[in-house]
Amino acid sequence: METTWFIIVTVMLAMYVVLDGFDFGVGIVYPFVARTETERQTVRTSLGPVWNANEVWLIAAGAVLFFAYPKAYAAGFSGFYLALILVLWLLIFRGLALELRGQVNHVLWKQAWDMAFSTSSALLAIVFGTALGNLIRGVPLNEDGYFFVPFWTDFQPGSAPGILDWFTVLLGLTSAVVLAFHGANYLVTKTEGALYQRAVSAAWVLGWVSAGCTALTVMAVPMVQPNLSLNFTRHPVVYLAPAIGIIALGYSLYFRLCRRDLSAFLASCAFIFLMLSSVMFGMHPYILVSTTDLMFSLTVYNAATNSYGLSVGIVWFVVGALLILACQIYLYSRFPGKTQSDDAH
Amino acid sequence: MTSALLYDRLQFAFTATFHYLFPQLTMGLAFLLFYLRSRVLLTGDAHTEEVADFWTKIFALNFGFGVVTGIPLEFQFGTNWARFSNYAGGVIGQTLAMEGIFAFFLESTFLGLLLYRKRFSQPVQWFATLMLFLGTWLSGYFILATNAWMQHPVAYKVADDGRVFVTSLRGLLTNPWLFWQFAHNMTATVVTASCVVAAVGAFYLLSGQYLSHAKTFLRIGVVAGAIASGLMIFPTGHGNADQVFTHQPIKGAAFEGLFTTERGAGLYLIGQPNLETMTIDNPIEIPGALSFLVYNDLYAKVKGLDAFFRDEWPDNLPLLYYAYHVMAGLGTIFALLFGLALLSLWRGWLFNMKWLLWWLMLCALFPYIATSAGWMTAELGRQPWLVYGLLRTSDDTSPLVHSGNALFTLIGFVGLYLFLALLFILLVSNIIRQGPTSLDPPTMNGPHGTSY
Repeated sequence: METTWFIIVTVMLAMYVVLDGFDFGVGIVYPFVARTETERQTVRTSLGPVWNANEVWLIAAGAVLFFAYPKAYAAGFSGFYLALILVLWLLIFRGLALELRGQVNHVLWKQAWDMAFSTSSALLAIVFGTALGNLIRGVPLNEDGYFFVPFWTDFQPGSAPGILDWFTVLLGLTSAVVLAFHGANYLVTKTEGALYQRAVSAAWVLGWVSAGCTALTVMAVPMVQPNLSLNFTRHPVVYLAPAIGIIALGYSLYFRLCRRDLSAFLASCAFIFLMLSSVMFGMHPYILVSTTDLMFSLTVYNAATNSYGLSVGIVWFVVGALLILACQIYLYSRFPGKTQSDDAH
Repeated sequence: MTSALLYDRLQFAFTATFHYLFPQLTMGLAFLLFYLRSRVLLTGDAHTEEVADFWTKIFALNFGFGVVTGIPLEFQFGTNWARFSNYAGGVIGQTLAMEGIFAFFLESTFLGLLLYRKRFSQPVQWFATLMLFLGTWLSGYFILATNAWMQHPVAYKVADDGRVFVTSLRGLLTNPWLFWQFAHNMTATVVTASCVVAAVGAFYLLSGQYLSHAKTFLRIGVVAGAIASGLMIFPTGHGNADQVFTHQPIKGAAFEGLFTTERGAGLYLIGQPNLETMTIDNPIEIPGALSFLVYNDLYAKVKGLDAFFRDEWPDNLPLLYYAYHVMAGLGTIFALLFGLALLSLWRGWLFNMKWLLWWLMLCALFPYIATSAGWMTAELGRQPWLVYGLLRTSDDTSPLVHSGNALFTLIGFVGLYLFLALLFILLVSNIIRQGPTSLDPPTMNGPHGTSY
């Protein structure tokens, strides 16, 4: 049961990164691919109806983490205090930028929210990548199960690390590049004309840079967290997950060449989903690894709520998951195909 | 109080109060919009559709501000109140996760649809409004279930390590405390929405614009407001007060400023609690009224604060006393004002009564004050406990988040939210200025106008 909820949290977080990830990616490439006011309009309208539904995956995943592993939620959220409050502020700006830009017809108003949109999207992509790096590297949990990390210490992933060190910064940059690639893939499916052409070029270049960054990350992980491969050694068949993930990245580039736009986007979805799931598989049963003493780590067992809570949760979660599925399918099916740039409403 | 605890409390109080300025209008307006869209669907009336579209624009803007300010609350349970999350997560994690799964996806999906509603037929718009109504009220239900458990813990057991866990989900979701709290709170959202709708109507009528819309706004606002503000006092307000005096007499005594146990206790309408002398200064009192309200007996004995240990008293007694009196006083004024407006509407006088229209217009702000004061009453009244009778607030902060960090983020939130408040006022007055007849405001008349 503890592991079932670990899988649920993993899937929800991975869904968040896949879905809100393309929102961030679109934000990152926005100033480069959309040059006229009409094009900017199209880009933002492509996100307009869906970004909020994508964002709630984060809130729901956070709430499920709180429910299933209250101890890990308490330790993690208080330990990453500064980074999480920063995320909150950035999410506020990202949301406002998408909601408010069209409310006033003045060129400076629009420019201000365009900048807020791109900057907050880029920073969020970096921060979430850095967060993943922190989870992989571990945090200085003490014997009471709490920790606090400052933004930086000596930029080394040692026993007293900061949120930023060379490894987590590498993951932050990889995340920004990969999500920009993903967002460009999304835009390609939604746009036409010159905007489409620029999105295609962006996706092509960013795809290769993503491949390079992913290769660097895959090499860096064993140096920082050798234990991540233990589960894979135990169950070698799971090596298929990251392998298929990398192949999906390759296919995404291949589909780009033969102009199969939707397939290219779905392939980058699969790439992100599989790479994140692989990391979480390697982490299990650890949720937060202690760099102080492995004994102090929080696992799915010592951080979980009681067994009644976990099992009654499964009952409502099954119902809820069907509801989520229905909502998401309904939403995306209502806004299919290329975005109309003239849908004033 | 250590400074970290003070900053943690201020930050939560500030961000929660600020956040709730938006959802109260969202929830009340969702109810009124559902009524409007149903009427459009049944009658196909173009005027009602314009009215619904106008309020949908304000609804969407307001919803957006509610979304961005709501996320910090869930995060703060972990960031600032880690020991509380660890201690009580086994109970409140259930309701918070259920809110995420059941309410958030409904809300965000159908908000997306409603923003681009011009692409969809009336039945789809009606359906989206219905789902938003359900989603937002469900959200309110789960949050209130969480709060009701903190006010009146049920269906839990304490484990060997001292943490609490839920023993019955049904018990948690049907907490007896929740019934009156939900009824009172949700009725209050309808009061807020009615006041806002009526106030905009009064503004248009007084300034001689959009007269037919203005009258519709006033009719809807006054009828809904009269019913809701009546229900606020009886039975929902009375039901809440009853359960406070039954289960938490100390909290009731603090609301009323009743320092000493008395037979035939009076009700203070006004006056200032004096903690030196343990009396109310400058009191205006209705003799015997408190005994009568609580026990239906003018001479019944009501327990005062002196019946309890000092360390169990709510820690900011005067503020709690004022919050309660502001809430109850404004609630009474709303019921009188809306009662009078309803009478005038029925007799056909309202649209010519300038002074009453002025009152209705100015009244837009006061439900926000009343609601905030009501929540301060509930939450300050729960102190010094975070979970009533189980867990003290002072034991619950994050152990390693020191005061420097907490103050840093508190200052950040205050600055950011002041900016948000300015933006909201600017944009909502923009929508009101553009009026209900232009479906797309002038700024968006071009072929590439954008979201709401």
